[in-house]
Amino acid sequence: MKPLTPMDPMARSTLERLKNNYIIQAWLVLMLALFFGASLAGVHLRLGPKIEENKANETRHRIPEIILGYPGAEEFAREGKSLAIKAHTISVEKQGREVFYGVYEARDLDGKLAGWVAKSAGQGYADKIELLIGFSPSAETITGIFILDQKETPGLGNKIITVDWRQQFANIRTIEPIEVTKTGAKDPRQIDAITGATISSRSVTQIVNVTVKDLRDPLAALAKKEKDN
Amino acid sequence: MPVAPTAAERFIQGILPENPVYRQLLGLCPTLAVTNGLKAAMTMAGAVAFVLFCANIVTSVIRHLLKPHLRIVIFTLIIATFVTITDRFLAAYMYDMSKTLGPYIPLIIVNCIIICRCEVCASRQSIVTAGADALGQAGGFGLALASIAAVREILGTGLLFGVQILPATWPNWVVMILPPGAFMTLGLLLGAVNWIELRRSERADKKRG
Repeated sequence: MKPLTPMDPMARSTLERLKNNYIIQAWLVLMLALFFGASLAGVHLRLGPKIEENKANETRHRIPEIILGYPGAEEFAREGKSLAIKAHTISVEKQGREVFYGVYEARDLDGKLAGWVAKSAGQGYADKIELLIGFSPSAETITGIFILDQKETPGLGNKIITVDWRQQFANIRTIEPIEVTKTGAKDPRQIDAITGATISSRSVTQIVNVTVKDLRDPLAALAKKEKDN
Repeated sequence: MPVAPTAAERFIQGILPENPVYRQLLGLCPTLAVTNGLKAAMTMAGAVAFVLFCANIVTSVIRHLLKPHLRIVIFTLIIATFVTITDRFLAAYMYDMSKTLGPYIPLIIVNCIIICRCEVCASRQSIVTAGADALGQAGGFGLALASIAAVREILGTGLLFGVQILPATWPNWVVMILPPGAFMTLGLLLGAVNWIELRRSERADKKRG
């Protein structure tokens, strides 16, 4: 008896092949992705400016206390004075590439320079830390810092936002880098680390040190140019 | 085949008998992370309720189009969309709260309560049932967060909703607002809920004889 020849597989119809095509099977995923993507773009168009405005508002709102310190800023507001704020961009050449800093120039109502506030950012323990640093008009001392955005550990690292801790940065001279200590600050340029959050404390100090080093000379030059005029 | 629960049954089950935190032990990441204050906890519960409700409704609408092997992708897509909307909304209109909650709002995308409800209820039942189910489960989640956050905020700071509750002489138990406090509170409340449930079912058994 002759062996049976195996039957050829039945040719699949085009329709069936299309049905099994994974792109066709995923039509719902693709349509939903397009539709949701478009809706999210719409949401972003509507809310994006508002979110940026919130951040800019917070920055402007904090400038007086960063430059004048806490009691100073309150007294200043009580006397009905305010600071005129102008935004600059300062570029600094660093290891062959340009780094840009957003810097706000603050003047009192007589037009006298009150100080500078620079925006900076760097890696923290959990995520990027965004902060503002205040400088005296001649950029010789730091007047204060403010944390704009951080995602440090709640209860430990997020204490970097407290006034008590940030206050330590006020009136430090910009000529030397700031150090973090765990054994109680003795020197005026030492900062007490937060218990249980040494890395967060060091990150903030590091961001401040880098920014101060980059901006001290450009800011001093700007202040000097104004004096000469 | 067992009969699928009705809308009312789904709603009631979510609140206590199938409470997502105390009975199903789902969504524990936000439960532990944002319950050091009642205000943050309630914002989180609101955000989860919004996402859960919208995701359940959309999933239920398209349930006849779902293919078994592509369903999880679609659930995730739907959930991620509503979470992003919530995140942007908070950043625009509740800026301070958005700063407090930080990464936990984007993390709702991987909250298994929502994907569980899409899978168990919304992808099989009508829009009304899916909506009721979402409200019940969101209510249960809110209740759980509120109970844990209230205990932690009162013992940790003497405040509730930022208002002084305990006398100013209360020595704030700082550990309660730190991560260990979250685990201890959750463990003790979980034990209490299970003990009550056990006693209830024992009594019901005895009645039946």
